[in-house]
Amino acid sequence: MGKRFVSIWFPFLLTDWLGIRRPALKEVACVFTAAVKGRIIITACNALASKQGIQIGMVLADARALVHELEAFDDKPNRNAKLLQGLAEWCIRYTPFVSIDLPDGILLDASGCTHLWDTEAHYLAQISKRLKELGYTNKPAIADTIGTSWAVSRFSTQEFVVAQKRQYYALLSLPPAALRLEQSILDRLNKLGLQKIERFIQMPRSVLRRRFGENLLHRIGQAMGDVPEVFNPIVVVPEYEERLPCLEPIKTATAIEIAIKKLLEQLCSLLKKEGLGLRSAELKGFRIDGKIIRTSIGTNQSNNDVQHLFKLFALNIDKLAPGLGVELFVLTANKVEPVIQAQDKLWITQSDLQSPALSALLDRVAGKVGLAAIRRFLPQAQYWPERAIKKTAALSENSNLPWHNPLGRPIHLLHQPENIQVTAPIPDYPPLIFIYKGKKHNIKKADGPERLERSWWLEDGEHRDYYIVEDDDGCRYWLFRAGHYSAENSRWFIHGFFA
Amino acid sequence: MEKASKQHIIADLKKQILGMQGYGTLSIEDDVFPQLKLLAKAFPNQHFPLTGIHEFIANETEDAAASTGFINAILSALMQTGGPSIWISATRNVFPPAMQRFALQPDQIIFIDLKNHKEILWVLEEALKCENLSAVVAEIPELSFSQSRRLQLVIEKSKVPAFIIRHQPQQLNNTTCLARWQIKHLPSILPDGMPGVGQPSWSVELLKVRNAQPSSFKLSWNGTCFQNFEQQTEVLQTFRKLQAS
Repeated sequence: MGKRFVSIWFPFLLTDWLGIRRPALKEVACVFTAAVKGRIIITACNALASKQGIQIGMVLADARALVHELEAFDDKPNRNAKLLQGLAEWCIRYTPFVSIDLPDGILLDASGCTHLWDTEAHYLAQISKRLKELGYTNKPAIADTIGTSWAVSRFSTQEFVVAQKRQYYALLSLPPAALRLEQSILDRLNKLGLQKIERFIQMPRSVLRRRFGENLLHRIGQAMGDVPEVFNPIVVVPEYEERLPCLEPIKTATAIEIAIKKLLEQLCSLLKKEGLGLRSAELKGFRIDGKIIRTSIGTNQSNNDVQHLFKLFALNIDKLAPGLGVELFVLTANKVEPVIQAQDKLWITQSDLQSPALSALLDRVAGKVGLAAIRRFLPQAQYWPERAIKKTAALSENSNLPWHNPLGRPIHLLHQPENIQVTAPIPDYPPLIFIYKGKKHNIKKADGPERLERSWWLEDGEHRDYYIVEDDDGCRYWLFRAGHYSAENSRWFIHGFFA
Repeated sequence: MEKASKQHIIADLKKQILGMQGYGTLSIEDDVFPQLKLLAKAFPNQHFPLTGIHEFIANETEDAAASTGFINAILSALMQTGGPSIWISATRNVFPPAMQRFALQPDQIIFIDLKNHKEILWVLEEALKCENLSAVVAEIPELSFSQSRRLQLVIEKSKVPAFIIRHQPQQLNNTTCLARWQIKHLPSILPDGMPGVGQPSWSVELLKVRNAQPSSFKLSWNGTCFQNFEQQTEVLQTFRKLQAS
């Protein structure tokens, strides 16, 4: 699947921001100014001001001549970067990779995300609508390359969704400025009358290079997708993260233990204040040779007990290879949940599966051998023996169903019924003799048959007639015949052993 | 008079020694598990010991099933007052719905299925450290003396008994077990002419008991507690006599 990029342009980023903070200013023309070379230059203007002919780069005095009641505010450097960072973090909900595109846009790597909003057009509309609700005028566009989506979002007037591999056609009618070129090249193109990309895009490369330099070709290549472009996604700082830089690189197990303990103490005191507990956490160690060692833990119940969490990490310390030494430890809480404050009970009830000691034990077991090994079983409303129980990992889950028919079920059930040879001369009677694993069993007593049908909505197949039989030693077995009786080719199986 | 007091002193000392060996103060705990009274007879001081390993030898697949049922019956007594249990095994074929037959709630048991022998031992030891459990059951064929001693030390701290099913062990080595059991099936008894199979019945053999003589007896399970196998026969015989008259 090809890459898809969304570029969102905020034409009035700073003034929109001001309008959100002071709604009264939405109604008047306002600008941001900065002093450049002794003159006060306009750096940003709102939609109202731009409609009245004010442009960025104008001197404030000239603008005042055009529009009498113009509100002017001092611009601060890097304010737009901060705003964009905030908007980019907000956009993480639409894709995991968002990057800032200074001075007035953000980029989203939307590859494989749009289908969650049905179509790309709907995806864009959704983002645009939400941003507008926040108060930001915006123009998004989607294309195969960053360059084309940038160009379309800023210069196109009709279509904002460029279909796959159509970037060439999308660019044709746009002005050269859509290629993100320097002002000097733009001036030269303008001088030569090349006011649209279609005028020069077909020219031989050598000619373009000689006249306009390598940069033009590079930008065309980026827009077409021939030249790769770097996408720097922002990293969202996790809410619960602790770092521990080390004065000297450490490489002993004891030192790592101390580091983990310190980090856990910091993190847990933070979590305790907010009444939260860890469900999963990851420890990263940055080695001096540039590698990152990592280990993670999970808990059954949210927990902020340093001792217990340390025990879980301690199981994995021997798997961490410190190499030449670790210089920085970072502990991140990937998942936190409100901690259930255990109320001290006056007495322990009979079914105390929720006791913290037990869940601590299971955490340790899960840390060592994996969570999949631990299971509890609950009844399921099915008669078919293979489906009579369902697995659950949660200790708190309970079923309203009763455990049915305990008398007729064997204590050991084979995972797969095994074939046996029988002598069963009478239809719908238990066999007289059966041979299992080369041993002959004479049947003395028997119960049955108990007919079990398959769940037709789940699978096809024959029904089973189950018999409980006891041989002359007193050993009991659970046998069944698949399907109806026939003298020659009935198939018999053993499925379990009774206590 | 003097002789009587001497005997008294000796009996007292014996009790003290047993207490040190983990058999506890007996007079109070004696009635904690009335369901296990029939088993307790074979043990020193008529008391079913819980601070140690009970080892079950099963040479046949059928014996393993019988041992499982027997342990379930013991567990049901222990779990009436205690917490949940843990069942550790490599090839788990215990079918939880059948546990109800032994008065056990299957959802109160946590199964841990493992592949590796070492992992089983590790989990077993960790589980035995948890005092909230009423028992830990493990299915492992081999258990060396040092391994069992390690488990014994853990148990003495936490007082959680371990039941170990050794299915087809390669050799019957010495272990620190409190008792080595062998459970075999017995043909069930039914009144004459009654069809079907009767209650689970076992011939219980205690191959080894710490501080007591090996013994063997016959038991059956009546759905709520252990019952003397012979007693069952007697009841039937009187029933038949009454029927005849």
